[in-house]
Amino acid sequence: MESKDQAYWNDTSRLMWTTLAIWFFFGYVVHMFVVPLNKIVILGFPLGFYMGAQGSLIAFVVLLFWFAKAQNNVDRKHGVAEDE
Amino acid sequence: MATQSQTTAAFSQQLGKYYATYTGTFVAFVILLAILEWAGVPNRVIGYLFVFFTLAVYAMIGVMSRTTQVSEYYVAGRRVPAIFNGMATGADWMSAASFVGMAGTLFLLGYDGLAWVLGWTGGYVLVSTLVAPFLRKFGAYTVPDFMSHRYGGNFARFLAVIVLVSCSFTYIVAQIYGTGIIASRFLGMQFEIAVFVGLAGILVCSMLGGMRAVTWTQIAQYIILIIAYLLPVIILSTQKYGIPIPQLMYGQAIQDITAREAQMLQTGLSTAAALKPHIIPFQTYSPLNFFGIILCMMVGTASLPHILMRYFTTPSVREARQSVAWSLFFIFLLYFTAPAYAAFSKLEVYTEIIGRDVTQLRPWLFTWGELGLIQICGKNAASLDAAIAACKAIAGHPGVVRLQDFVINTDVIVLSTPEIAGLPYVISGLVAAGGLAAALSTADGLLLAIANALSHDIYYKMIDPNASTARRLTVARVLLLIVAVLAAYVASTRPADILAMVGWAFSLAMAGNFPALVMGIWWKRTTTTAAVLGIIAGFGLCLFYLITTRYFPQAGVTYFGMSSLANPVTGAPLVDVAKVMADPRWLADVPAVAANPLQSRVGWFGLNNINCGMLGAPLGFLVMIVVSLMGKEPSKEMQAFVDEIRKPRGQTVIQEK
Repeated sequence: MESKDQAYWNDTSRLMWTTLAIWFFFGYVVHMFVVPLNKIVILGFPLGFYMGAQGSLIAFVVLLFWFAKAQNNVDRKHGVAEDE
Repeated sequence: MATQSQTTAAFSQQLGKYYATYTGTFVAFVILLAILEWAGVPNRVIGYLFVFFTLAVYAMIGVMSRTTQVSEYYVAGRRVPAIFNGMATGADWMSAASFVGMAGTLFLLGYDGLAWVLGWTGGYVLVSTLVAPFLRKFGAYTVPDFMSHRYGGNFARFLAVIVLVSCSFTYIVAQIYGTGIIASRFLGMQFEIAVFVGLAGILVCSMLGGMRAVTWTQIAQYIILIIAYLLPVIILSTQKYGIPIPQLMYGQAIQDITAREAQMLQTGLSTAAALKPHIIPFQTYSPLNFFGIILCMMVGTASLPHILMRYFTTPSVREARQSVAWSLFFIFLLYFTAPAYAAFSKLEVYTEIIGRDVTQLRPWLFTWGELGLIQICGKNAASLDAAIAACKAIAGHPGVVRLQDFVINTDVIVLSTPEIAGLPYVISGLVAAGGLAAALSTADGLLLAIANALSHDIYYKMIDPNASTARRLTVARVLLLIVAVLAAYVASTRPADILAMVGWAFSLAMAGNFPALVMGIWWKRTTTTAAVLGIIAGFGLCLFYLITTRYFPQAGVTYFGMSSLANPVTGAPLVDVAKVMADPRWLADVPAVAANPLQSRVGWFGLNNINCGMLGAPLGFLVMIVVSLMGKEPSKEMQAFVDEIRKPRGQTVIQEK
């Protein structure tokens, strides 16, 4: 593989791992602490329950829009983006 | 290509206008029906008008989108803008189970039900980062196309078709079953006839126009289903708390539920055994199974062919990624509302039914009791007298409804909300139309995935590569019809296991597809032999675990060292395996029947069988890595091919005719 391609793929891989780390945090790690989080109550919602019902979902939606943008920037930086 | 993006923008704008007009017409139609109801038109007629109007619209879009071009039929000409493809994916994704069943599951399980909410949303992160954009760049018509190109031909293709059909067929049967249930409940049709009405609704959308028609109808179906889901609960929230944002207001309901739970225990309205506190985790699923469900549903999402193929239809790789984000946004609108439904209904049940004198029950209950969906004191609550008689028959019954006296089917939660809120029948009709839209749109996507795999992969690629375009499309339509009729036939026999099998589809897809897709894109070293063996091992193990634990648990105990799963609260075994095994009725060689006390209650490591992907997928990865490293590196051409699908710029890698 040419070094140019390799640089692009390194950036893409790094972005992938970053995105998956955030995904793992909101998909799993935060829910492991549901019992202590439930002691915090906001607007009637115990926080641990809220993260499962809404918080993590909002995080996933934001994460995906951010990822689409970030990957576009990577594509443009390395000149492999599609024509607009 | 400035001109191309201008045309895309213009096309997008035009679509926006069409669907805005459509939404306006639909709202006007609902208002018209409300006026008709006020004028005294009977409910039955309102229900029929709802169903036939929506079916007619889907049919019209289906007929208008008919096509004779192969690329239109398989991938909608690859020009569906990101946001519209997102809506279509939302409808494709949200099935009857999401629309009708999700809130009910949360009602019954409380916190543990959130595993499904999380699992059925977070998977889109994997779709976008690991799989979909690369498949879009590859330019396939089907997922097996990719497997075949990357892994040396038709054997890998054939395996991929087997995986696809086994995870999609049970799923589509469940959707047709769902349309039958909804149509029979709201229209009073006989279930078997309702199933075939649902079948007609599915066929008019997909038969003539394939993916193109399904795309445009799914968007129309999404609009109806989301209005139907949000409207009743918004009205309910306004009635109870004065603010029309149920997603924010149910915090109060949760507080009230928790307070009421403690009160019910104190006053003897419930026993500790009958009550699952709403916010306390890990009462139904052990932590292992809770996180296992999240993982299997997420990874399954990224492996299900009927979802992945939706991203083949976008104009570019960039739009495929954006489209995944939009998909999740549109799905999120429903999923983050479902817990509000559950909380409002639970509060209603806990305060208005539990603790009430049996003679004072509210009448909305009995419409569902008649259908066998609500039981009081162990009998269907078909009428007030039936409920009173049933409770009298219990020795020492206090005459008020206790929690353990009350059983509700999960489907009732969403369907009964309009009645609980005292809304006119037109809203119930709207909910029925929404549920129907959810079931039909998912069925369409699945049907197309199966029929395309059979017509494109099996017929065109494996049997007759010289077939003409006209012939290929004819074969595609005939196979579509056959698969649809077969699925409707199976649904009409009311198979008992079908609802359990929907969850299995995710684990099977995870074990069969995920390792091969991800490794094929992300690790060039993956060899053909490794992938084929990995698919067989992973999928095989998952299937083995499912079938053994569900249908042959005795054999699992005798030959494969399985033991009882544990009660998540006490940690004690769910069943006394030794006692059951000693019982002559359950001899090891008797095939399991529904009453088998070991069914789905034994396994390895305390893992539920729905989580069999947790066994299959790691094995698949392991086999692929080990066998790849033992074999020769893939050819230079194959490595160049992988490089090519990794870069968004340029033509699709293969150019399908």
